[in-house]
Order: sequence, then C-alpha cells, then structure tokens
Amino acid sequence: MEQTWRQARSAFAAIAAPPLVWLLLFFLIPLAVIWAYSFGENVGPVTIDFTGTFANYARALGPLYLGIFWKSILVAGLTTLLCLLVGFPVALAIAFAGPRTKAWLLLLIMLPFWTNLLIRTYALIAVLRENGYVNFTLEWLWTNASGVMTLAGLQPLGEFEPLTLLYNNFAVVIGLVYVHLPFMVLPLYSALDRMDRSLMEASLDLGAGHLRTILLVVVPLAAPGIASGVLITFIPALGAYLTPDLLGGTDSQMIANVIERQFKRANDWPFGAALSFLLMYLTFIAIAIQALVQRRSERRG
Amino acid sequence: MAREPKTKPGPLEYMRRWPLRVIVGATLLFLYLPLITLMVFSFNDSRRNIVWQGFTFKYYEKAFNNSSLMEAFSNSLTIAFVCTVLSVILGALAAVMLWRFRFPGKTVVEGSMALPIVVPEICMGVAMLVFFARVMPWPQGMPWPFNLGAIIIAHTSFSFPFVATVVRARLASFNRELEEAAKDLGASEWRTFWDVLVPHLQPGLIAGALLAFTLSLDDFVITFFTAGPETITFPVKVYSMLRFSVTPEVNAASTVLIVLTVALTAIGLHLQSRNEDRKAKA
Repeated sequence: MEQTWRQARSAFAAIAAPPLVWLLLFFLIPLAVIWAYSFGENVGPVTIDFTGTFANYARALGPLYLGIFWKSILVAGLTTLLCLLVGFPVALAIAFAGPRTKAWLLLLIMLPFWTNLLIRTYALIAVLRENGYVNFTLEWLWTNASGVMTLAGLQPLGEFEPLTLLYNNFAVVIGLVYVHLPFMVLPLYSALDRMDRSLMEASLDLGAGHLRTILLVVVPLAAPGIASGVLITFIPALGAYLTPDLLGGTDSQMIANVIERQFKRANDWPFGAALSFLLMYLTFIAIAIQALVQRRSERRG
Repeated sequence: MAREPKTKPGPLEYMRRWPLRVIVGATLLFLYLPLITLMVFSFNDSRRNIVWQGFTFKYYEKAFNNSSLMEAFSNSLTIAFVCTVLSVILGALAAVMLWRFRFPGKTVVEGSMALPIVVPEICMGVAMLVFFARVMPWPQGMPWPFNLGAIIIAHTSFSFPFVATVVRARLASFNRELEEAAKDLGASEWRTFWDVLVPHLQPGLIAGALLAFTLSLDDFVITFFTAGPETITFPVKVYSMLRFSVTPEVNAASTVLIVLTVALTAIGLHLQSRNEDRKAKA
C-alpha cells in the first residue's frame, strides 16, 4: 500500500526534495521564462519588456509562419506514415520469429537508436550526396546498361546525370525515416508480441487470406501499439532540428529551424518564444489525440 | 553435409516467408549500410573517400592529434558521466517518491515529470539558453570541469525523468513485505532503503544509467544552445566540422564513438542477462 506523506514526513522530504527542486529550478522555471517572453517585446538589443502583448502570436499565426507549421506537420506526418508502412511488416516478422532470431533482430533494430544522431545523419550525407554511394552505384549500373545496349546494336544511353538526393525535401523525409524507424518498430513489436494469436489462427482457419487477416484482425488488435508508435515517431519528427538543417535545402526549413534562427541570428527572443510554445501546444494536441484513440480502442476491446 | 529437411513454414511463421524476409533485410540494409560504409571508409587512404584506395590508420592519427576534437570528446565523456550519476540519483528518488507516497498534487508532479520526455528538444534548448543567459548565468572562466556545469545541468534535466520511468517499472515487482519485515526487525529507514530496496532496484538502475549516458552523449540540440565557445562537446564539434567540409577525420572520430556506444550497450545487456540468469537459478 502507498503511504501518505504524513506517515513519514522526514523520509518523504529526503526522497522528494532533490528531484522536485531540480525539476522546478532547472526545467519548469526555464520553460516559464520562455512562456513569459512570448508575451514580451524587444525594446533594446538585450532588454525585453513583459508587456503582455499578443503581437508575437499574431505574427506567428500569419500566413508565412503558418505555412511553415503546416509544412512541418506534413513532413512529420509523411515520415510517420513511411515508418509505419516499413515498420509494421518488420515488427510482424520479429514478433513471429523464433526466440533466438527475435533477440538478434530486436538488438539490430535498437542498436542504431543508441548511435549518435549526428553521426547517423552524417553517414546518410555520405550515401546520398552527388558523388556518394547511391549515385556511384547508379552510375555503374548506367554505364553497364549503356555498354550492353551498344553490344545489342542499340543507341547507348547518354551521359549519366547524378541524381540530386541531398539538400531537398526528399532528403529530409528520408533522413527522418532513417532516424525514427526504431521508434516505430519497438512499440509495434511489443503490441504484436502480446497479441492473442489464436484469433489470427481462427481467421486463417476460416479461410481468410493473410492480407485480410492482417488488415481485419491484426491491425485492430494492435491499434493501441500503432497509436503509440505513431505518437513517438510524430513528436520528435515534428520538432526535428538537425535533419532539416543538415539534409534540407533552403525551402525545407521546419519549425525548429525557424525557432533556432530567432534565438541565434535574428535575436528576436519573444517571437522565438511564441513559436516554441506553439510547437509545444501542437505536441500536446498530438498526445491528447493519441490518448483519446487509446481510450476508445480500450473501451471497444 | 546433411541439411535439415525443409519444412513448409507454419501459418504464423512470418519470418520464414520470403516477402517479409525481403522487407526485414532491406530495412536492416537501410539502417546499417550508411553506418558500415562510414566505418569502413574511415580506413580508406583517400580524401575523396568514395573509391577504396588502400588501408590506413592515418585519419585516426589525425583525429587523435586534433586537440580541439579530443577536447570535445573528453568534454562529452565527462558530461555524460556526471550527468549519469546525477540522473540515476534523482531518477531513483523520483521513482521511489511516486511509488511509495500519496501526497497532494501527485498527478501534477507525475505530469511535470513526464514533460521533459515529451517536450520538443528545440523548446527545451531555447529554454536552457534563456535560463543560463538571463536567469542564472553560469560563471565564465571556471576551471575544467566546472565550466561544463550548465551543459551537465541541462542534460540531467532531460535524462533523469527517463531513469525514473525505468526504475519505476522495476519497482512494480518489489514485494513491499520485505521492506516491512526489515523495519520490523529494527532496520532504520535509511538502512531499509540501502540494504533492501536498492539491491532490488539494481538492474533498473543499471539500465537507467546506460540510458542516461547515451542520451547525454547523443544530445546535440540542447547542448548547441547551452554550450559556450569554450565548452564544445563532441557532437557540436562534429557539427561545425561538417559545416566546413566532410573529412575522413570525422569518419574516424565517429567510428570511435560508435564502437564505444556498441561496447557499452553490450556490457549493459550482458549485465542484465547475467542478473536474470542468477535470478532464474535462485
């Protein structure tokens, strides 16, 4: 049974004080300061007046910045969808593999997650750039195909044009999928692993095909896992800074890049603070939607 | 060599069906090919670093002789170490607090404890930037390692709630009667905590420590906003090197870090499985 704090006041104080003080001082107060700044105005190069103005929010919700928010949501949504499409079959295969294979596959999926994000992004640059391995392989295929066609008496293919795979929106989405795939696979796996398999067997015995069984039996049963996988992929993708910064071009700025610019280069802290809080509210909305979906699927189940 | 007779895959043995094998294989290739090429080409004797020119250690030598890179590396390890110690203490205390006590405002505390996990990194980064610029400026020109204080504080703030989650999951399997028994037998509050609760929590503490260490070592965004010109960490240094050019030196330094994290993960998993074995025998 849980004790009430009154029963052991000194023990409670000793246990609760350090984490609570830390959380308050080094997390909640910094956030509160940003929140207060979002209602402030720049009056000098370093002085900010707390005037209680909503001008920063009004500016942030103007067409230019609303467009960037919308774009970030689209990019994060597309990333999540791709992760789901790739992650679901992978999670299914892992959940139904033998115990030894399962342990190895889980380790292999988790290992990149432990590797530094910057290093992974950098590794991707080396693969995607114009003289990187993807283009290198394509060029090799192209020249060989060209050679074969000459042998066959056909017109050889023209000069190989390297694909521009970096510094555009495509690279940002690929980069985000690359980074967030483990986030999706692990919750999906744990949902599929806990699932009652006899229901699948029943569906297969009664003559439904595998695809039908997966779509009509497995997906609804795994809905809570899918919802949490979607959430923990979507949230970091929405606030991603490094991937669009390193892999994106001038038109692939996401909201985090705009926030960074307000704080570092543009030196417009109140506006940056307003943008940060809008991003946080978006995150909270996503969490609330997920909680709603979860509760509905639990009630049904 | 006699091979096992091939049986048809059972209805639910999805891993033995070729379409799923292809998908799993392609996914693993997608996840690992960039990392493996990065590691392989750190040994390549060519600056253009695309065609194999021969084996060399020279970029490792260069990386090791690059004093600012090495300084950043040791800063990162120091920060990760101190942050791990702080996070394990704070996280374990937070978990025990939420598990053991009923107190007014508990839901609010639980909610705020989850905040650092869900708040976007960039928001936390700018909050830390403003906090250390205006509210509590970290004294400049402190001797090493005290100049890293601001970064350590920021890292601990986002790591310890993760540790708390891991430890709390472990606490769920604790038999409270053990604690009562210890107290009945005359053990003090402190002794019960140290001799009964902590040994039970050990695997959770190790897993939490590992998590905190990698989270700290991995972090770029929050550090980017808290670091001053003299307190560069490894990811921040690599980031600024990447801004100028992609050099094999970065490959070499990255390889060292990858090997280090893989080794740490292996140690962690080994400790955990040994612990489970011991429990299975007992």
